[in-house]
Amino acid sequence: MSVGQAFDRQFDPRRLGALVRKESLQVIRDPSTILIAFVLPVVMLFLFAYAVSLDIRSVRIGVVLESDGAAAQSLAAAFSGTRYFSVAPARDRRELAEELVGGRLRGYVVIPQDFDSRLAFRTGEPLIQIITDGAQPNTASFVAAYAQGVFGAWQSARTHSAAGPFSFEPRFWFNPEIESRRFLVPGAIAIVMTMIGTLLTSMVLAREWERGTMEALMSTPASVVEILVGKLLPYFALGLSATILAALLSTTVFGVPLRGSWLALLLLSSMFLVPALGQGLLISALARNQFIAAEMALLSGFLPALLLSGFLFEIDSMPLPIRALTYVVPARYFVSSLQTVFLAGDAWSGMIPDMLAMLLIGIVFFALARAKTPKSLDA
Amino acid sequence: MSSQCSSATDAAQSPPLSPWAVEIVDVCKRFGRTEAIRNVSARVLPGKLTGLVGPDGAGKTTLMRLMAALIAPSAGSVSVAGFDSVRDGERIHALAGYMPQRFGLYEDLSAMENLRLYAHLQGLQPNLHRQTFERLLAFTRLEPFTQRLAGRLSGGMKQKLGLACAMMGRPRVLLLDEPSVGVDPVSRHELWEMVRALTGEGMAVVWSTSYLDEAERCDQVLLMNEGRIEYEGPPGELASALEHRSFRLRNPQQDRRLVLSRALDLKSVCDGVIQGNSVRVVLRKDAGDEEIHGLAREVEAQLAPVAPRFEDAFVDLLGGGPSGTSVIAARMTPVRAEGKVAVECRDLTRRFGNFVATDRISFQVRQGEIFGLLGPNGAGKSTTFKMLCGLLKPSSGQAHVMGLDLGTATSQAKSKLGYMAQKFSLYGLLSARQNLEFSAGIYGFTGAAKRERIGEMIEIFQLRKYLGASPNDLPLGFKQRLALACALMHRPPVLFLDEPTSGVDPITRREFWTHINGLVRKGVTVLVTTHFMDEAEYCDRVALMYQAKVIALDTPDGLKRTVAGDGAAEPTMEAAFIRLIQTVDAKNAELHARQAA
Repeated sequence: MSVGQAFDRQFDPRRLGALVRKESLQVIRDPSTILIAFVLPVVMLFLFAYAVSLDIRSVRIGVVLESDGAAAQSLAAAFSGTRYFSVAPARDRRELAEELVGGRLRGYVVIPQDFDSRLAFRTGEPLIQIITDGAQPNTASFVAAYAQGVFGAWQSARTHSAAGPFSFEPRFWFNPEIESRRFLVPGAIAIVMTMIGTLLTSMVLAREWERGTMEALMSTPASVVEILVGKLLPYFALGLSATILAALLSTTVFGVPLRGSWLALLLLSSMFLVPALGQGLLISALARNQFIAAEMALLSGFLPALLLSGFLFEIDSMPLPIRALTYVVPARYFVSSLQTVFLAGDAWSGMIPDMLAMLLIGIVFFALARAKTPKSLDA
Repeated sequence: MSSQCSSATDAAQSPPLSPWAVEIVDVCKRFGRTEAIRNVSARVLPGKLTGLVGPDGAGKTTLMRLMAALIAPSAGSVSVAGFDSVRDGERIHALAGYMPQRFGLYEDLSAMENLRLYAHLQGLQPNLHRQTFERLLAFTRLEPFTQRLAGRLSGGMKQKLGLACAMMGRPRVLLLDEPSVGVDPVSRHELWEMVRALTGEGMAVVWSTSYLDEAERCDQVLLMNEGRIEYEGPPGELASALEHRSFRLRNPQQDRRLVLSRALDLKSVCDGVIQGNSVRVVLRKDAGDEEIHGLAREVEAQLAPVAPRFEDAFVDLLGGGPSGTSVIAARMTPVRAEGKVAVECRDLTRRFGNFVATDRISFQVRQGEIFGLLGPNGAGKSTTFKMLCGLLKPSSGQAHVMGLDLGTATSQAKSKLGYMAQKFSLYGLLSARQNLEFSAGIYGFTGAAKRERIGEMIEIFQLRKYLGASPNDLPLGFKQRLALACALMHRPPVLFLDEPTSGVDPITRREFWTHINGLVRKGVTVLVTTHFMDEAEYCDRVALMYQAKVIALDTPDGLKRTVAGDGAAEPTMEAAFIRLIQTVDAKNAELHARQAA
């Protein structure tokens, strides 16, 4: 083999190996990389498992019992009995209005004086009044919905005991306790992967330009393709190890079941890393400055993954233009597939289209990055 | 790889026979609308050391990158060992070694890991790795430091490591872009000797530099200005044209800074510098020597002709140095002498963990004095400086500025000093005006006073033209003026300059020193660190630091006298510097030997 042939080839495995080794050493020595890849997932999982909860439990509300009727008494008892609410009883709504304004109560339910007679004669007038704190819209709608639920359950229990023919009992699949941690924890993995794939990758590449090491690399026989692939491989491995760590933590510490297989989980994560790394590459090609690269990665990677992926906010309840936008956010496919793998199992029929979508977005990113990456110092 | 294969390699590498290592033919290079290289033709010979010199912005780095096949010429052609830089860029990458101006290696990898990376990148056969590393490490004397992270190496060692990596593939052409910037004289000397040895093996070396004493020792010189080659040939030939035009005014009875200023204001003088207690001047072409004789008589100095240096020719070729009067200094209000001592430190010690960065440093700087702090990289100059500026708390000992204790009256003492470091003092994301406003703001100026100060600085430093531009886009001379304006905003009686001219060309440096000399004549006290030995000559006194201690403190002439016995006709600061350090090293070695015995 002559040297002449060696540098005619665009790709030399030995050079690539050296670049991968160099990058891996840098990853291991850089505390910030370790922080993002291994400490951040743990922090995120703890946050989403314990601090952020979309569940309603023991929300403080008031119940104004204006009537002494038997039915009214029994309804008030039903409110006190549910674990969703912790009830402050009152006789006059004026007592509670102030509590609500002061933020000590999230809402209150008024059982009016003529409750029993309204119920008996079915006048068609509303039976109870629910006042909620609109300053916290999420909690407000939860309180309203749960209060209605309590009332509905109470009513159906009554009619049932009075020989009503039907009863409804909802049953939730996949997440029978309706615990938000079970769908938040898999979603958190998507956020961590976005951080590794897009943020870290774009920053380390920008760093090479910023510190002038890229100029020295380019003056060697190493080709641009080798330099970039040598950069991406270690971060691909890093992303997968972070996934494994996060998944292990979720199942052991947080009690989130992994109903699907590890194979499916790793396959999904690999597919997601394609667009995530592609995006990081594109950003670094556009910004040769770590600060700008980080800003771009946060705005175009992290925020969409957090807000538009269906992780925190349901996509179905978004307005149409925003919903359309979520289709180009790779995290959207990843989050939904991850939730499937964790909570339902290997539902390939749903996951394969998601994987293909991620791959497609990834290919677009790589094509753009290739077009924008300078081949020499000229660009 | 068998010998048969390597001969095949050689055949593959040398296509059309070319006597030139590098041939540049009618090359132009444009970046947007700016023309960095204009119609340049030049040749680099194998086995020769070719110096590439010129002022900042002349196009040296662009020419280097063109030769390294990192950028393509807009017109014309560059060929390295017969290969065209556009068609066969890959081949040039394989047969040329390139060391960029900024340290291009990975600071978070050890010296050995960097070597290994470059060995693989250059396609060195794995079975040759060990012997190559051994050869390079012995050559660069880096063996004891192979496990150290590159970022923890001193400036000189970093450059040696960079050189080792660039030499990995036994290149036929070695391109070194300002390898000696920020490197102390000892390491610079070693680096130079290494490269010299390489040319002996037939390698072509291009060494770009702003040190003209280096250029003087090259075999060939390419002198660039404004994107053009102004001179191509041996340096001696250029200098010899200046025969009978260089003089020295020895021991004038007036302040030598004033003498220099007066000499530079003479019509017949094109360049001048201070050398210890003497002033060295170069006359303009075809100018008579009556004026200079007159000045010498007036200031009672002995006038003697001296041999021209390359530097004289360089400045002459570029139209001469700046005039002797600093508009900046002329407008400054004189500093009232409040006391005799401006800066004083006593037993200043700073430890970082077990490491002693400065060990009981003591000296006094009188008002209106230029005091130089010299020493190899890592000697403790910057640490001393930072403690004197109140940026770093000493572990023990005291520092005073204008009689104020930096330990107890820190902020009052700080208001008495201005600080300028070329690297960090300006904000690239702010415009020149915003930089001025910022520094006026941090010194507590508001409203009309602030506007007045800023207006004054703009006028004094002639910055009006560049107010809207980012400091990064300013010509170097103006960038320096801006940094100086920011440091002088509050009219401090003491000015600290931390390597203010690192990597700056001789013409811009002369301009800078004209301003500094002017300021000193107004009573400003200046403390300066530098790696330029010719700048040390401007100092009234120089402290030489080595291994955390002050090993010598004297006038420049006093220091030079220490090597006067060596037989050299003109002892230089550089020789004195190297000698003093070697003396300490020898003493240490002797001590070690005795302890071992």
